[in-house]
Amino acid sequence: MNLPVIIKFVIDLLAVLLLALGIKGLSKVKSARDANRLAAFAMSLSVIGLLSYYLGTSGIAIQSWIWIIIGSIIGSLFGAILAKKVPMTSMPETVALFNGCGGMSSLLVALGVAIFPISSGQENFDFFKSLINEVSISVSIFVGAITFTGSIVAMAKLQGWLSTPVWTQSKVRHFVNIVFAVASLIAFFDLINGNTSSIWLLVIVSSLLGIGVTLPIGGADMPVVISLLNSYSGIAAAAAGFVVDSQLLIVAGAMVGAAGLILTQVMCKGMNRSLVSVLFGGSLSAQSTTSSGSGEYTNITSCSVEECALTLEAANKVIIVPGYGLAVAQAQHTLREVTKKLELNGIEVVYAIHPVAGRMPGHMNVLLAEADVPYEQLKEMDVVNPDFPATDVVLVLGANDVVNPQAKNDSSSPLYGMPVLDVQEARTVFVIKRGMSAGYSGIKNDLFDLPNTSMVFGDAKKVLNDLIGELKDLGVGEK
Amino acid sequence: MSFISLLWVLLLGSLLGLELIGKVPPTLHTPLMSGANAISGITMLAALTLIVKAEGNVPLLIIGSVSLGFALFNVVGGFFVTDRMLAMFSRKPSNKK
Repeated sequence: MNLPVIIKFVIDLLAVLLLALGIKGLSKVKSARDANRLAAFAMSLSVIGLLSYYLGTSGIAIQSWIWIIIGSIIGSLFGAILAKKVPMTSMPETVALFNGCGGMSSLLVALGVAIFPISSGQENFDFFKSLINEVSISVSIFVGAITFTGSIVAMAKLQGWLSTPVWTQSKVRHFVNIVFAVASLIAFFDLINGNTSSIWLLVIVSSLLGIGVTLPIGGADMPVVISLLNSYSGIAAAAAGFVVDSQLLIVAGAMVGAAGLILTQVMCKGMNRSLVSVLFGGSLSAQSTTSSGSGEYTNITSCSVEECALTLEAANKVIIVPGYGLAVAQAQHTLREVTKKLELNGIEVVYAIHPVAGRMPGHMNVLLAEADVPYEQLKEMDVVNPDFPATDVVLVLGANDVVNPQAKNDSSSPLYGMPVLDVQEARTVFVIKRGMSAGYSGIKNDLFDLPNTSMVFGDAKKVLNDLIGELKDLGVGEK
Repeated sequence: MSFISLLWVLLLGSLLGLELIGKVPPTLHTPLMSGANAISGITMLAALTLIVKAEGNVPLLIIGSVSLGFALFNVVGGFFVTDRMLAMFSRKPSNKK
């Protein structure tokens, strides 16, 4: 072992250690921000390690430097600009876009190595000579392509650029996807047999497979898919690690792959969906509109913003249940103004956060944090559920399925078994909603029919603004 | 590195990943996902290797450079966006006091 090898070895080891500590630290609120920086530092360290290794051994040609600099500057610049500009509400699609690009990178590396077998002074780098390299190239291309197209479709659907085509809800899509999968397998074996040109077939059919698998999946299940694709991009990185013979890549890729799988599992649990039904079941709304619970509402009480303000003024304890609708209306700042007024009046305000509130687990926390809601006021479901009977007013803002009592009472409901917030236990419940449309699941919400529930119809932001006016007139928070 | 030892690396890395995030508060799921996503951009090392070993092969240099660009887009964007999210959490306790 000569010096550059030893140095690279030490740096790689250090980088793996720091990356592991980074992921670990990201799982605690206190250390999360430092941990993220630690991981970023570890990544730059690994780049320095790799470059210094090549400088110390084979040297790096001027031409290579030029291309390295071009690629780095363009990529980093776009990444940084997007990261600074994107609004917090579009976080899920941003993560999907970044993720897809990571997959694309792995795909390109494998493709480059496959088309132009690179030589090396040190080891025998003739890739197509060994089966292992062919397999790792194929895996890298297959997973990388699925990650890329799948993430792009997920992003487009979340942005509303793509809707779910009708045919993808029928059984035909399974057939289509199986055809793509079988074609990938054929291309894979053809490639191993030495037919290099079938690599393009592999690229095309695995890209199509990524689209075919993601396209039928409906809005509510999208976060699960993004998390799964995030795991895939880790696997693609690990596969690329086999292609270029880098342990660091394999470790880091494997860590991300495993971590992504755990997160996916957690999200599925929160929505009472299995991964299999997310991937193959089609969107929930398509199946369940005809099944149970689609009956008419019989006992809707609608009320004005003024009544709502009067009730709030008289309350001692208020729990806010924010949901996706709040995020869409970008009303988190307005909500914060309302709660500030209530707090000034001595009313206790708490936010009940369902595990899948918003569009991703933790997304609602981020949105409320953006509006300066104190961390201590965000209560998780298990903590806040026993508090509802002692609560005067519950404000449900743009949440629907997560407050549906059917999930507890009606065993025939598709929602049955999903953990929900027991808002109906409170004395008064106000549901702020644009209309009587159903939630993601397309299921009737029994909560709306209860005698202690009143509907306030209107856009969340507008209603909250009106509420601020009414509270002002009542002199709430005007001390 | 032999293939077998690389497989060991893969296995141990996966186990490490499973262990590392056993328990995460839901608050941190989105930042964690975004942070892990940034780390998956580690393929930039593979892209760098490709460029360095291209030995003047221009198409390969271009593929490597584009790949490096995609990876860095993922890494830089991912870490910045995660930091933006986490900055909101860390600001709060001081707000309360």
